[in-house]
Amino acid sequence: MKLDRSNKLKIGLGVAVAIILSRLFIIQIVDEKYKIDASNNSMVYSIIYPPRGIIDDRNGKILVGNKIAYDLLVTPKEVEAFDTLALCEALDISPEFVRGKMKEYYRNRRRIGYQSVVMLKQMTPERYMKFAEIAYKFPGFRGQARSIREYPYNAGGNLLGYVSEVDQDFIRKHEGYSAGDYAGKTGIEATCEPYLKGEKGYNIYLRNSHNKIEGSYRDGEMDKEAVPGKNITTTIDAELQHYGQMLMQNKVGSLVAIEPSTGEILTLVSSPGIDVDMLADIGSHYNEILANPYKPMFNRAVQSAYPPGSVFKLVNGLIGLQEGVFTPETEYPCRMGYFFGRNKLGCHDHRSPLDFEESIMMSCNAYYCYVLRGILENDKYASVAEALDAWNRYVESFGFGRKLGSDFPSELGGFIPDSKYYDRVYGEGRWKATNVISLSIGQGEIGCTPLHLANLCATIANRGFYYIPHLIKDSEEVSIDGKYKERQYTLVDTSYFPEVIEGMYRAVNSGYGSGGTATIAAVDGLEICGKTGTAQNPRGDDNSVFICFAPKDNPRIAVAAYVENGSFGARWAAPIASLLVEKYLEGDIRGNRKALEKRILDGNLMDKVKTD
Amino acid sequence: MERSRRGRGLKETLDWPLIICYLLLVFIGWINIYASVQSAEPSSIFDFTARSGKQFIWMITAFSLGAIILFVISPTVYESFSLPIYLATIGLLVAVIFLGVEVKGSRSWFEFGPVRFQPAEISKISTSLMLATVMSQYGYKLGNIRNFILTAAIILVPMVIIVAQSETGSALVYAGFIFMLYREGLSGWLLFMTGVAILLFILTLTVSPYFSILALMAIVTLCNDLFPGKIRKWLLIILPVLTVLAILPWGLERIAVITHAGEDSILYRLPLEYILAGIGVCSIPYFAIQAFRERNTFKWMSIVAFLAGIFLVFSVDFIFHDVLQDHQRKRIEVLLGLKDDPSGVGYNVNQSMIAIGSGGLTGKGFLKGTQTTYGFVPEQSTDFIFCTIGEEWGFIGSAFVILLYAFLIWRVIHDAERCRENFTRIYGYCVASCIFMHLFINIGMTIGIMPVIGIPLPFVSYGGSSLWAFTVLLFIFIALVRHERRYFG
Repeated sequence: MKLDRSNKLKIGLGVAVAIILSRLFIIQIVDEKYKIDASNNSMVYSIIYPPRGIIDDRNGKILVGNKIAYDLLVTPKEVEAFDTLALCEALDISPEFVRGKMKEYYRNRRRIGYQSVVMLKQMTPERYMKFAEIAYKFPGFRGQARSIREYPYNAGGNLLGYVSEVDQDFIRKHEGYSAGDYAGKTGIEATCEPYLKGEKGYNIYLRNSHNKIEGSYRDGEMDKEAVPGKNITTTIDAELQHYGQMLMQNKVGSLVAIEPSTGEILTLVSSPGIDVDMLADIGSHYNEILANPYKPMFNRAVQSAYPPGSVFKLVNGLIGLQEGVFTPETEYPCRMGYFFGRNKLGCHDHRSPLDFEESIMMSCNAYYCYVLRGILENDKYASVAEALDAWNRYVESFGFGRKLGSDFPSELGGFIPDSKYYDRVYGEGRWKATNVISLSIGQGEIGCTPLHLANLCATIANRGFYYIPHLIKDSEEVSIDGKYKERQYTLVDTSYFPEVIEGMYRAVNSGYGSGGTATIAAVDGLEICGKTGTAQNPRGDDNSVFICFAPKDNPRIAVAAYVENGSFGARWAAPIASLLVEKYLEGDIRGNRKALEKRILDGNLMDKVKTD
Repeated sequence: MERSRRGRGLKETLDWPLIICYLLLVFIGWINIYASVQSAEPSSIFDFTARSGKQFIWMITAFSLGAIILFVISPTVYESFSLPIYLATIGLLVAVIFLGVEVKGSRSWFEFGPVRFQPAEISKISTSLMLATVMSQYGYKLGNIRNFILTAAIILVPMVIIVAQSETGSALVYAGFIFMLYREGLSGWLLFMTGVAILLFILTLTVSPYFSILALMAIVTLCNDLFPGKIRKWLLIILPVLTVLAILPWGLERIAVITHAGEDSILYRLPLEYILAGIGVCSIPYFAIQAFRERNTFKWMSIVAFLAGIFLVFSVDFIFHDVLQDHQRKRIEVLLGLKDDPSGVGYNVNQSMIAIGSGGLTGKGFLKGTQTTYGFVPEQSTDFIFCTIGEEWGFIGSAFVILLYAFLIWRVIHDAERCRENFTRIYGYCVASCIFMHLFINIGMTIGIMPVIGIPLPFVSYGGSSLWAFTVLLFIFIALVRHERRYFG
C-alpha cells in the first residue's frame, strides 16, 4: 500500500477513531469514578433510622428507652401561599419564626432545590397531631417520625450521657455517619455507641433530574432493613442510683457503690449532676448546663482527683504489715500528734498507745507516721528513695495512681508520687521520710478519684483482690472484655487483710463513746465495716470521706462517699454511705435512722463550695 | 452489447455494505431514541406522540427519499443543477435569519406547522455539490490562486452566514472540507499550520502567551532543521535555550519570593511575552538574509508563518474575549479545564460522561439505563443520543457504533477513490468529511474531549431535517457510484 493522500486520510480516520475508543475505554472500563457518580445521581437513598438500643439497669428496669417525636419538614418548592397564623397556632410558634425561615429558604432556594429541610425538631406527638389534622391546608409541610430518647427513672444522668446530632467534625473522625444521624456523645451512650446505634437501612428510589421520585429501584430488592441497636444491660441498680442521687442532692461530691464479688458498679453519683429531663433535649439546655458554676457535666466520681485523707491509712497499714516493719500487735504512742524535729503532725484526742486495729478504729495520725517512717527507712532498701518506689509499687497494685481500666470513656488516673517526683521537687537526695510524712495519712501529693476509693473498699472487702469496676453487664447481645472477670491481686498478702477489716468493723460498731470514728454508720445486724477520712481542702472546709462495705463476711456492697467541704468523715460521708448500704441490703431505712436520713436529704452544703 | 448499454443490475451496482451500514445506524438511532425518552411507564415504540414514533415517520420518509434518489432522479442532474441549488440554499440561509423562529438563542430554523427544518442541513449537501462541480471542471487547479479563492469562497460564504445565525457549531463542520481539499492537492503544510494554530490557541488560553510563543519558535525552527545534518544543531543549541526560557518565568517568581519583592515589583510586571516576541521579530532580518542567499522559499514561508503565529497569539485574547459569544467562551473554558463548573456549563458534559461511564463493558441493558432514562442528560435524544448508547450498551455497544461509522466513512473514501469521475470522487470526500466532523465533534463532546457544540450525530440523532439531510447527502453519493459502476464498472 502506497502512502498516497487518500491512505494518509484513512490513517487519520483510524487515529481519530482510536482516540475516541480509548477515551471510551477509560471512562467506561478503567475509571470507576463515573460508576459511583451514576448511582448517586439517579438513586435516592431514603434512610430508615433504626431504633437505638435500650439501656437497662441490672434488674431489667429500663433506664433509657425510646419514644417517638416528630420533625417538621418543609419542601420549599412545593409550598403554596398558606395561612401563616393558622400554622403558627397549630405548631405553637411565632409568625416571625415562620417568616424568618421562609425567607431563609428563599435565599437558599438554589441549594435546596426540590429537597426537604427541617423546620422544627422533636415535636411531641400531641403537638404534631394538632398540626397533622390540618396538614392538608399546608402543601409542602409534612412531619417525619423519629425515635428519641426517653428516661423512665431520674437516675444516672451523668452515667448515661446524651445523644445528639453529629456535627461535621464527628463525621470526619468516625466512619459510617452522615449529617442528620445521632450519636452518643458522653457516658454509656458514647462508650456503647457501636452496640446502641444499630444499622441504618434504606429504601432506594429512582428519581429524575428534577428530584421527582419515579418509583422504587428494582422493586425494592436492593433495599436494606434497618437493624435496631443492641440493648445494653448496665450494672447500675436504678433504685439505688436514684436514692444515691437523693442523698447527694445539694452537696458537691461523689457516691460510688461496687459489688465486691464482681466489680460491678451499682451506683455512681456525681453531684450536682444532670437531670435526665435535660438529657432528652440537651440542645436547648446546653448553655444552661455550661453556665452552671458547679459544672454538672463533670463526672467527679471518675474525673476528679482528690486527696483520700485518712482512708489511705488502710493502704499504708497493709504495706507496713507486708514489709514487716510492724505487726498488728505493735503499739505506737500518740501525744496529740507526731513530732519530728521541730515539727508536729497533729492528731485528735484519744487514748494512747494504740495497736493496729485500734489505730484504724480511732484513726490515729501518729501511728501511721511511725508506719510510713518504718516503710521508708527500711534497711532492706539502700535509700529512702528506693523504699518510696517500693511503696509506690504497692500502692499502684491497689489501683491507685493509674486508670483502673473501667469502661468509662474518660477515667482519670490520679497521682501517686515516686522518688523521681520528689527529686524534682527537693533535688536528688535532698529529701527524707519526714519530708513526705503527710503521705501516711493520705494527704500531700496523693490524688485519687472516688472510684479508686470504692475500689480500695472492694479490695479490702474481698480480702486482697478486686475486679476492675465496670458499668456494662455481660449479656446475650453484648459481651464484655475478659479482663473484667479476672481477679486483680494486690502485692499485699491476703493474710494481712482480716486485721484491717477488724479495725474497720470496730470503727463502726464499737458503740458511741468507744472512740470509734464511724459509729454513726452503724446499723444493727448489717455488720458494716468502714473507715472515715477528713481530707484537707485548701479551698475551704475539709472534705468528708468515708468508705465502707457490708456485711463483714461475704460482702455484697462496697461504698465510697466523698463530700466536698463536708468537714469530718463522720459528719456527711459516713451517714450517706451507710444509708446507701442500708437501702441496698434492707430495701428500706429503719425507723430509728429516719431522722438521720432526713438530716442528709435536707442538708445543703452548696454555699460552702467555692466556685470559680 | 445490449447489456452494457442498459447497464448492470441493481444487485451488482448498488453499494450494499454502505446501505446496510446506513440502515443499521438508523435502526440503532431509532431504538435508542425510544430508550432515551422512556420514562417509568412504558409506551410503544410506534407511539406517534412520542419521539420514537415520530422518528419512525422520519425514517420511512427518509427511506423514500433515498429510493427516489437512487431510482428516479438521474445522477447526471446534480452537476448541472449544483449552482442553482447552491444559490437557493444561500438564499434560504439568509432568509432564515429574518424569517426563522428562534430556538435556544439561534435563528436557524424554518417552521411550517409541526415541521421544522434547518437550512444549514441542506447547505452541507449543496456546498458539497457545488465544490464537486467547480473542482471537477477541466483545467481546475487548486494551486491556481483564482481557483483557490473561488473554492474558499464556496465554503466560507455559507459558513459565515451560519455563524451569523449563531450556529457556530454547524459552521465548524465546514472546516472538515479541508480534508477533501488536502486530498485534492492542498499543501500538507496548510493542514499542518491549521493544527499549529489550534495548538497555539489552546496553549495561549491554558498556559500563557509566553509559552505559546516559545512553542511557536520551537516548531518553526524544528521544521527548518528537520534534516539529518541540522537536527543535531537544533537538539544541542536551540532546544536547551528554549528549555531555559521555558523555566524563566518560574525562576523569576522564585527570585521575587526570595527577595520579598513587592506586588508592583519589576519582577512581576516584566512583560515577558512582548520581550520574547520582540527578540523573535528583531532576529527576522538575519533569517531573511539567509533565506535570500540560499534562495530558500521554505525559509521565507517560515518567516511569514512565524509572524502570523505571533499575530495569532496576541489576537487570541481578543478573539476569545470579543469574538466568541459568552456561552461558547464558557464551553471552551470548561473543556480546557480553566473553569470547573459541574452544575453550570460543565453539567451537560459531566452528566453525559457519568451516563456513558456507568455503562461499563456490557452496559445496563436496553431500557435499563438510569441516567438517560430519568433525564439527567440534556438533549438526550438529539445531540446527546450517544449517552444512551454508552449507558445501555456499554463499551461493546458504543465501540460497535463507532466502528460502524468508521467503516461507513472508510467505505465512502474507498468508493470515491475508485471512481473515474472527479465529480463523484470530490463529492465523496465531501460526504466523508461532513460525516467525520459530525461524528468526532458529537461523540467527542459526549465524552469530554470536545467542547459542547450542539450538532447531531448523523443518522442516529432524533430529528427529521437532520436524518433527511444526511440520507440525501449519502444517497446522492451512492447513486453517483451506482451510475459509475453501471457504465464503467
